[in-house]
Amino acid sequence: MENFGYLLAAYTIVWAVLFGYVLSLIRRQRQLQRQVDSLKATPRKKEGN
Amino acid sequence: MKENRVMRSNILLVVSFVLMIASLYLVFVYVPTEKEMGIVQRIFYLMVPMGWLAILSFHIVFIGSILYLLALSLTMLKRKRLSRCWKVVSYLRKRERKWDTLAYCSAEVGIVCTTLALITGSIWAKPIWGVWWTWSEPRLTATLVLWLIYLAYLMVRSFATEESRGARFAAVVGIIGFIDIPFVILATTLWRGLHPGPIIFAGGLAPPMLLTLLISIAAYTVLYFSLLGRRIGLREVGTEIKKLTHD
Repeated sequence: MENFGYLLAAYTIVWAVLFGYVLSLIRRQRQLQRQVDSLKATPRKKEGN
Repeated sequence: MKENRVMRSNILLVVSFVLMIASLYLVFVYVPTEKEMGIVQRIFYLMVPMGWLAILSFHIVFIGSILYLLALSLTMLKRKRLSRCWKVVSYLRKRERKWDTLAYCSAEVGIVCTTLALITGSIWAKPIWGVWWTWSEPRLTATLVLWLIYLAYLMVRSFATEESRGARFAAVVGIIGFIDIPFVILATTLWRGLHPGPIIFAGGLAPPMLLTLLISIAAYTVLYFSLLGRRIGLREVGTEIKKLTHD
């Protein structure tokens, strides 16, 4: 099991980075969704006025 | 995001997850330990897929950049001159933005994969060669140059004053930067470095190792396309929002 630490480090880093990237995509998707929702709400406010 | 795109992306994510589980089983249970390098050789099943994706992504950046610039040039020409091949021209022009989006999103996912290829390569190099990095190794150096080209592509876009100008400049970087790809691929054949020569297609891998490698490549490639699809979807929504807020 010599050098097992290197193997573990490689897999941990790759999975952490990929997981982080997926999370960043989800975060960006939520931000955009909020923007879309606020844009959809804008004409309604105008109509209300 | 468009429903179809989300569904496709999710299906790909599930497929990649299944393949990833299979790949992990093969890497940690099935495949025999290599005699000379020992357990650390298993990084190979991570490093090679990342290297492959770094190259694949840049092929997509290259194709997207060419088609974007071509579509852009065609929009400047008069329709009369292009009447003979109007259908092709029309197809390209309608998708002008899509080519750019494809290239940009592929560059973003590509830089993640190239970074991981460099990191895993370095982690593999330390116990095998005794150093984290060596400039005398042509493939490592060519891959670092590729990473810098990806970085230049993304920086040109983010620093441009106008988005369309940034897209044009980046497309030029995407085309010129492709020069590096043959060097990355052929580095081990053209120059003798520390890196082993071509072994995958030369039959240098035992069947269990080859199977493990191919499943790992398939798993990460499907994941790449899932991420690319998701990123393209986000970009398209972002563009729509920009249009709406500017109107």
